[in-house]
Amino acid sequence: MGFISRGFRGKRRDVASSSRVPPGQYVVTDFPVLSAGPTPRVNLDQWTFTIQGEIDEPKRWTWKEFAALPSETVTKDIHCVTKWSKLDTVWKGVSVDTLMDGIETAAEFTTIFSDGGYTTNVPLDDITGNKAWVVYEFDGQPLQPEHGGPVRFFVPHLYFWKSAKWVRGIKLEKEEHPGFWESNGYNMYGDPWREQRYWGD
Amino acid sequence: MTVEERRLDGNAIGGLLREIFTMEMTAAQTTCAGCGAINAVGRVVVYADAPGTVVRCPECESVLMRIVHGGGRYWVDLTGTRCLEFAEG
Repeated sequence: MGFISRGFRGKRRDVASSSRVPPGQYVVTDFPVLSAGPTPRVNLDQWTFTIQGEIDEPKRWTWKEFAALPSETVTKDIHCVTKWSKLDTVWKGVSVDTLMDGIETAAEFTTIFSDGGYTTNVPLDDITGNKAWVVYEFDGQPLQPEHGGPVRFFVPHLYFWKSAKWVRGIKLEKEEHPGFWESNGYNMYGDPWREQRYWGD
Repeated sequence: MTVEERRLDGNAIGGLLREIFTMEMTAAQTTCAGCGAINAVGRVVVYADAPGTVVRCPECESVLMRIVHGGGRYWVDLTGTRCLEFAEG
């Protein structure tokens, strides 16, 4: 009978995970590092986070001001376009809703920008409404530089290239401007559940 | 391994460039649109584990090429390479 129960447990586990793993993805337990360039050395004494673009006056926080903002701890599944998914990852940071509080803008799109020149475009509706955070802790520890620390963007419902490492701000825009990968083959939106990996997907 | 330890030289994309240009390209000369440095493809800096392949200038770290391969297509951005010089095949 042991044979039967082992098989049954295995099948249940597959069903449970498949409802959380988008098409074409596989689950990893480690945390792969993908990088398009050298890891920037970020000095928090000189770090700022800025919201600029379609806004009367840019809004800017120093690290000290940013760290004093109300924070949230969220547990989310993440999905990389290179086909790995990692379940139940735990992050701490500031909700974009908190950062956008009181801001009036005609923008419908955003460009997230980072140290090292990386950019990625995300519709404004996809980073507001409790869908995106600016995070500085992973798994209860300060975020390591190779994973985008000290501070990275986090928008887990889209492929993970949208969660820009070493983030420095959000540019609010009326029109959509493709970012670093979106301008060279990768999808403008990047919904893992619709497998929007490349142009035309 | 750290990101720096996984950084490769241009020989790592010899195969990829041969698929695209259908000839050996590691001896081709790139001129960086950022700083003007001229380097053989074999000497440039490659980050191959990003969603696409990112080729950078060994002098100034500017992006020379971005190559994405997927879904049966290639996308090749040479904006950062002002000139690519190579011998006839």
